[in-house]
Amino acid sequence: MSEIFGIPIQAFMGQLMLGLVNGSFYATLSLGLAVIFGMLNIINFAHGALYMAGAMLAWMGLNYFGIGYWWSLLLAPLGVGLIGIVIERSMLQWLYKLDHLYGLLLTFGLALILEGLFRDLYGVSGLPYSIPEEFAGAYNLGFMFLPKYRAWVILASLLVCFATWFVIEKTPLGAYLRAATENPKLTQAFGINVPLMVMLTYGFGVALAGFAGVLAAPAMQVSPLMGSNLIIVVFAVVVIGGMGSILGSIVTGLGLGMIEGLTKVFYPEASSTVVFIIMAIVLLVRPAGLFGREK
Amino acid sequence: MNRRQIGYGLLLAAALAAPVLVYPVLLMKVMCFALFACAFNLLIGYTGLLSFGHAVFLGTAGYVAGHSIKVWGFPPELGLIAAALASAALGWVIGSLAIRRSGIYFAMITLALAQMVYFFFLQAPFTGGEDGLQDVPRGKLLGFIDLADDVNLYYVVLAIFVFAFWLINRTIHSPFGQVLKAIRENEARAISLGYDVAKYKLLAFVLSAGLAGLAGATKTLVFRFATLTDAHWHTSGEVVLMTLLGGMGTVFGPVVGAATIVTLQNELADKVGSLVTVIMGVIFVVCVLAFRRGIVGELDALYKRMTGTR
Repeated sequence: MSEIFGIPIQAFMGQLMLGLVNGSFYATLSLGLAVIFGMLNIINFAHGALYMAGAMLAWMGLNYFGIGYWWSLLLAPLGVGLIGIVIERSMLQWLYKLDHLYGLLLTFGLALILEGLFRDLYGVSGLPYSIPEEFAGAYNLGFMFLPKYRAWVILASLLVCFATWFVIEKTPLGAYLRAATENPKLTQAFGINVPLMVMLTYGFGVALAGFAGVLAAPAMQVSPLMGSNLIIVVFAVVVIGGMGSILGSIVTGLGLGMIEGLTKVFYPEASSTVVFIIMAIVLLVRPAGLFGREK
Repeated sequence: MNRRQIGYGLLLAAALAAPVLVYPVLLMKVMCFALFACAFNLLIGYTGLLSFGHAVFLGTAGYVAGHSIKVWGFPPELGLIAAALASAALGWVIGSLAIRRSGIYFAMITLALAQMVYFFFLQAPFTGGEDGLQDVPRGKLLGFIDLADDVNLYYVVLAIFVFAFWLINRTIHSPFGQVLKAIRENEARAISLGYDVAKYKLLAFVLSAGLAGLAGATKTLVFRFATLTDAHWHTSGEVVLMTLLGGMGTVFGPVVGAATIVTLQNELADKVGSLVTVIMGVIFVVCVLAFRRGIVGELDALYKRMTGTR
């Protein structure tokens, strides 16, 4: 049992784990996109840039103010959420009555601004962010070594995703949210402050991206460009999964991460394109997406 | 002759005289991007489809033109045609997938598929990867017009641009163009009137891709190289910005937008470095928030207000 399909099991499981790590980022980011889309009807192109901002804030916090990993995990998402609230109040709220495409264009512009600013300040080469002490080293599972930090990334993302699902589907607050998504006017007529909820939803959605960014900081290099390539893959994930269901986003994100990891083992040349190929196939077979509803 | 014809005549005369005053290569660059933006405008402005991956057609045609001229020894006119056809074919593939969804999904799908092709170019042996395809000879058009001379090439590029601009104008004002506008205004009604909307959208997409390809191939001829930058999503964003700034759904908007952005980039590139991206982003935000009709759209509205028509 040291080989599987002619590949050493160590390498195989290693890539699968790496795929799961990427999949957790896809899941967290596509979940944020789906939550925002449900409420605001806007595809947030700045999502990748705000994920990068989360990682950058963690790096800046550590290097300028000595704020450690754990505090960053709390503060950076709050900071990103605050940026989100400012964006929503100052710009996005004027676009709700227009074609949804304007929201996409505006957030694209914001993504360019954020990326350009950080690139001007820090260049394009990656900045190192070391793994917190608690997670140095690896678990020996017998058939493979599991780096502790990777296990933590997967666990933390799953926890956050599950908590989001729980709040939206099982609590009174989530019920208001779902009602406001379904019919904002009627919900407001029942005395619920819908504009406030819209603002908080956007803040929360981008805070999820910031959280993923802090998780990513020690796992990969912190770089101003880390968000822009990721967001395009996440768009493909969203098209594949459809934005109708929260659990759907999570499952699709993790699954595609794993498929991508496996492709790296068997046919590395296709690893950067496999998600897009799956998207094309899904569009042919089931245009609404795996978990989507045809409108 | 009416006023419109006089206007076009004056513009053409100015374009013919321009290389005396302005560096022809800059003018050719402006025309390539103007053509690219006009092709894009055919989709966003007249069909209501936001393609966020249009750079892929510019890039593909650049590589096809470069490779066929440099490696296979095609004459330039054949290289241009082959490249435009290749882009149109790719447009047919991407278009038939993307029109299966509409609105925001359409934008995301075109972006994702364009990124897939970009990764393919990054790895494919004939593109030269990060270095790009260098030293493409300009050759002789039809065997006797030497394109190595910038001024000769300028008039060829101008001819290509005028032809494509005329073609787009013809399309917009044809019955086919009217159907496209109907789809933009109310897709459900167009369907209920018996139009095969998917077919019309696809045809518009293929036409737009082919013309974007013509722009990309011409650009390769002008600069003698094809690079990954042309196929990158940044370039897709740029063409959106040019069209938005000039005025979506106006005939001259994309030309004005392209000229403004190209000139701006030319002026700023060595002064502010990577802050150019930030400036582009700011223009995007300002356009979306306060200036959605674009330069030409606003001028048009102002003119109508002053003359009291409508």
